[in-house]
Amino acid sequence: MEIFKYKKPLSLMDKSKRFGLLSVTLLILSLGLMIGKGFNYGIDFAGGTLIQVQYEGKAPIEKVREAIDSDASYEGATVTFFGSEDEVVIRTKTSSKALGVDVGDQIRALLQGTGDFEVRRVDMVGAKVGSELREKGLMAMVLAIIGILIYVSFRFEWRFAVASVMALMHDVTIAMGMIVLFNVEVNLDILAALLTILGYSLNDTIIVFDRIREGIRTIKDPDLGAIIDESVTRTLSRTTLTSLTTFFVVLTLYLFGGEIINGFSFTLLVGVIVGTYSSIFVASPILMWLGFSVGGFREKEAEKLKREKEKEKMRAMYENGTL
Amino acid sequence: MKTLNFRVILFAFALIFGVVFSIPSLTQSESGKKITLGLDLQGGLHMLLGIKSEIAIESRIKSMAASVKYIFDDEEIIFDALRMVDGEQITFELLDADEVAKAKALLEKELEGTVVINNGLKFSVAMTEAEVERTKQNAIQQAVDTIRNRLNEFGLAEPTVAKQGEDKILVEVPGIKTQEDEQRIRELIARAAHLQLMAVDEDRNIRVNTMSMAEAKSYGDVILPDVNTGEKYLLRAIPVLDGSMLTDAKVGFDENNQPVINFTLNGQGAKIFGDFTGVSVGKRMAVVLDNKVYSAPVINERIGGGRVQISGRFELSEAHDLAIALRSGALLAPVYVMEKRSVGPSLGADSIKASSIALVLGFILVVIFMVVYYGMAGVIANVALIGNLFLILAIMSLFGATLTLPGMAGIVLTVGMAVDANVIISERIRELLHEGKSIAKSIENGYSNAFTAIWDANVTTLIAATVLYAYGTGAIKGFALTMSIGIMASMLTAIVGTHGIYQWILPKIEKNKLGLWFGIKTEGAK
Repeated sequence: MEIFKYKKPLSLMDKSKRFGLLSVTLLILSLGLMIGKGFNYGIDFAGGTLIQVQYEGKAPIEKVREAIDSDASYEGATVTFFGSEDEVVIRTKTSSKALGVDVGDQIRALLQGTGDFEVRRVDMVGAKVGSELREKGLMAMVLAIIGILIYVSFRFEWRFAVASVMALMHDVTIAMGMIVLFNVEVNLDILAALLTILGYSLNDTIIVFDRIREGIRTIKDPDLGAIIDESVTRTLSRTTLTSLTTFFVVLTLYLFGGEIINGFSFTLLVGVIVGTYSSIFVASPILMWLGFSVGGFREKEAEKLKREKEKEKMRAMYENGTL
Repeated sequence: MKTLNFRVILFAFALIFGVVFSIPSLTQSESGKKITLGLDLQGGLHMLLGIKSEIAIESRIKSMAASVKYIFDDEEIIFDALRMVDGEQITFELLDADEVAKAKALLEKELEGTVVINNGLKFSVAMTEAEVERTKQNAIQQAVDTIRNRLNEFGLAEPTVAKQGEDKILVEVPGIKTQEDEQRIRELIARAAHLQLMAVDEDRNIRVNTMSMAEAKSYGDVILPDVNTGEKYLLRAIPVLDGSMLTDAKVGFDENNQPVINFTLNGQGAKIFGDFTGVSVGKRMAVVLDNKVYSAPVINERIGGGRVQISGRFELSEAHDLAIALRSGALLAPVYVMEKRSVGPSLGADSIKASSIALVLGFILVVIFMVVYYGMAGVIANVALIGNLFLILAIMSLFGATLTLPGMAGIVLTVGMAVDANVIISERIRELLHEGKSIAKSIENGYSNAFTAIWDANVTTLIAATVLYAYGTGAIKGFALTMSIGIMASMLTAIVGTHGIYQWILPKIEKNKLGLWFGIKTEGAK
């Protein structure tokens, strides 16, 4: 079967302004959401306690709310269904430092008489740990990006590195915007998902860039736009197919992976879509916009080749003992 | 048929290696290295504890004060106004100016890790920065050891207790079945287990209910409550003995078949205890644990041999936990919870089930898709994919890595991404076939053209995964690990493995069946 059969290059560069506009709009909307509405930090980052309770049969959510409200120290606690009607999750900002009796124990006592239940999960994170985790998470993001910048600059050229990192930030920002829009609770696993998007989208972009790098060497046309069009079209089938297989599995994870992994798989789902879009329509125009010069690159490459050849010559001479 | 090439042989080895080493994990057999399931999958308790190291420092300062008093009394140096200031230093004043130099020399010789400063007769003694740090580290190390001993004695499967960062303790206890067990474990960890045997101040005890703390202090006494009744006791503040002289503690039963704790004192403790009971017949002695009186029996006769009993209307489990805490020693500084995650076993089982379903479904979808789209090339890619899965499991087993829920998600994701390399290669081969190249040449050039793209793309992803591993905690680390292993395994299976298979079966690939082999129409072949 062949869906994306290569016939002639798509004229993507001509339309790059339109996609640019779309991306910028999405970015502004995402940033607006992040600043305006803000993240719904889960207990990993905000601190607090989360208790997951499973009832035999339908959970008496009103009774649970009443029971929790009867204790003044749990003001502002929220009770919501979790996945099914049998399970509820209670979230409170309270966290206890005492080892002997903790919030989980107290809430279990409060719930006595609301029915037959089993406490399946109690997560408690102190505020200090929360802020530490947040700092560490941000640090991880920054370090990953620096590492990528260095590697891509070394393997390609600095403009490729900047373009790929800009495409990454584009993807991660839009994914974050969606997280805010759909009110996904931001926990450590969401951070892991965002970093995975980083890796995934980069993967996509690098493969396109690799083809452009190859195109610069092999395609006679010195026009970067034409080279990009040709290269992106050539990799289009691969980009779409891999995204499709990844999309399949992330979708099954989202549909069948259970409530706990839902936020994680949702974030990935968004990431796969945005990552695919950006590696086709966004990354390469940035390269152009940064003023990448085909001629310059060719000269550098030629020089590199010349140096290598000279080295080889020297080595050959040395080995033959003529030096 | 062409002879086997090194790529196929290498791939076959990798496959055998993968299958052999993942069998113990898949069958959950007793022997062999296995993947450990994370707490989120098997259920259990995860805690990050902080330690109030300032308390350890304060008690160091207290003992410094006691040393100063002891040293000066011994040398008959007269001093006054011995005080603790801000829990950081002690101050006092000498009365005789002639003794300043002698006192200073003495303190500097006897008190390690301190700075002695005097302004005329006024002295202050503080710990050096290094000593403060050493005391903190000592307190945390001692807490780690004590908690580990307690959990080991509790009889649970493989608890982990480790120092994390500078001042935190990570405790992980898998396989806790009930909330009651969890609560018991938390109490066991938290218990300071500071045991003291104290004499009751029989002369003044009659007034204990009307006496203020300050008044008690003025007599050198303290007021402590009974653990069960709340009744107050007036006790001599300096204990007869403390837990440091204890060698063993066991649960026993008294004449009424009530659980009690029997403990044994070391030689020095036994002597002090014998001497004390000898002169205190008819008086009461209180057994005090963590500042609560457990029992205060009347001494009937001198008790030699260093055997003492605590009775205190215990539940059997409580007595059992107390005995463990006493045996493993007191905590130098109290610990508190910074982070706690507990997962019930049923939730863990549900998580495994859900993510396994997702894994199997996702896997089937990808496998079918590859065959439909690429024909036999898809089948070959699927062989690599299966090899890849086994390799991930095998490598994780060998490292004794922990599989967490995000880790399972990582494997699911790897399945989706692992075919990427094969897709890139297959697309390259198709391209070359369309250009009319021979099959052999298309395959060889397809692989070499695809190589740099696969390499660069995977290395950059590995960079992200490494950072994630270095900065992540617990479950995130697990995810980064599975993803990294998956990427490396997929490079091996896709670049080496499938290439080898193509070379091996090349003579069988017929030109006019490109639709069967590569899923394309044959018009390209000339």
